[in-house]
Amino acid sequence: MAATATGSRLEKVLKGGHLAVTSECGPPRSSDPAHIKEKGELIKDHVDSINVTDNQTSVTRLCSLAACIHLKGMGLDPVLQMVVRDRNRIALQSDILGAASFGVNNILCLSGDHQSFGDSPQASNVFDLDSMQLVQTVRHMRDEGKFLSGDEIKVPPSMFVGAAANPFGDPFKIRVPRLAKKIASGAEFIQTQCIYNLDKFEKWMEGVRARGLHEEVYILAGITPLRSVGMARYLQKNVPGMDVPDELIERMKGVDKKKQGDEGITIAVESIQRLKEVEGVAGFHVMAIEWEEKVPEIVERSGLYPRPNID
Amino acid sequence: MIVGEQKPFEEIWEMVKDHKQLTVFGCNTCVAVCHQGGNKEAGILAAQLRMRASQDDVEIEIVDSGIERQCEHEFFEKTEDLVQKSEAVLSLACGIGVQFMATKYDSTPIYPALNTTFLGDVPETGLFTEKCQACGDCVLGVTGGVCPVSRCAKRLFNGPCGGSTTGKCEISKETECAWQLVVDRLEALGRLDTYEKVMPLKDWSKDRSGGPRSFKLEDF
Repeated sequence: MAATATGSRLEKVLKGGHLAVTSECGPPRSSDPAHIKEKGELIKDHVDSINVTDNQTSVTRLCSLAACIHLKGMGLDPVLQMVVRDRNRIALQSDILGAASFGVNNILCLSGDHQSFGDSPQASNVFDLDSMQLVQTVRHMRDEGKFLSGDEIKVPPSMFVGAAANPFGDPFKIRVPRLAKKIASGAEFIQTQCIYNLDKFEKWMEGVRARGLHEEVYILAGITPLRSVGMARYLQKNVPGMDVPDELIERMKGVDKKKQGDEGITIAVESIQRLKEVEGVAGFHVMAIEWEEKVPEIVERSGLYPRPNID
Repeated sequence: MIVGEQKPFEEIWEMVKDHKQLTVFGCNTCVAVCHQGGNKEAGILAAQLRMRASQDDVEIEIVDSGIERQCEHEFFEKTEDLVQKSEAVLSLACGIGVQFMATKYDSTPIYPALNTTFLGDVPETGLFTEKCQACGDCVLGVTGGVCPVSRCAKRLFNGPCGGSTTGKCEISKETECAWQLVVDRLEALGRLDTYEKVMPLKDWSKDRSGGPRSFKLEDF
């Protein structure tokens, strides 16, 4: 196994040559930790690591850091999602140290949805750094043992550093160079946007392999099961950067309403099975939004269970 | 240039209605170009206020006037007397002109008739678009002449984000994605390869984050 730099379970699984499985939990709009713990309990045996979203879609929720600490307390390997929308470099570095102090060993660096989508469109946004600069920041703190200011960090944060990639955003021609830029910034793993257009994803992966980028970063393919034809239509029409082909909507439409959820799960399983064969796909990020109880079934039916036993 | 938009009439009326005398004062440069704050608009706004005063039976003497620029002393010479004698002034200048007058006439209330909205251009008649946020450290030389600070909703220096769709920003189908424009322009310049250079962390101390900015020409 390649040398690991952190205490991250995700890093060990990937460097051990296994296909990794991650999932995510959205924290509650409440101060009750029971919700996040229940979600963790539902999926813990079927995934290697669990992302915790950071005020996703700009809706105010229990903070990602606290939720990660709850999961860590259960012996799980959380991935701290951190957006640059709400924090300047002082707060970002501070939260990174805080997370590391609780043994949170993974971070996913994101720009974050614009606040106009959420519950506080009147809020000021920050964007002191962008997501790539956050990746650089964490790597600098970890590898150099220094703050951005150059001051020494006596005990640097031990974090496996990730970033997102959306092969379906425009302009398409910049999407492989953009991945290269994230790798150059220091990203060690990538979790992609939900993949529904498999042909386009495979085309992106061809470009990734042509430059050998799949050998420089672990790419986890993003999978979100469709619960209904309504959800498929909503994603297609209303979510920028989401590519849901018409054939998929037709397939969901052709199924009795009560069975559409099952069909969505089957589509997710088929997608994973197809993408497992794609060179350069290092694992799967299964985002079953408010449907976490289905993660075990998806993982089992995709042949990704049991998860490797890593110390 | 500086672009502004007139405040809602009711808001303006509420600010000024308790005065007995009011001078409505245009600024005939930037905000005249966008037809919101020039001397002509000052005349129209004064007429609307007189009508409202008469409807509400409010006694208020309203005169209108204006100068070329409310942000420099020399332009005030001709209207010095008028402003000195005014009980209150409703300025149609941008926030700069309003503050300049408030400093110059320190015991006269100066009210803003406009909301100063942005620094922009006039790509077509009647259309004004934001192009600069005066961040104090211009990067247009490396972004192909497209400003990521003012034109990207997340002011990303290494965009585009995943929300860029068919050239539009995730916040609105009416808003162009600045990074699509950067990429198109770099391609047109034959410099698309420079896209992969990671842009370093920005020094925002040169922006408003560093406090109010000024500079002085030593020769004057």
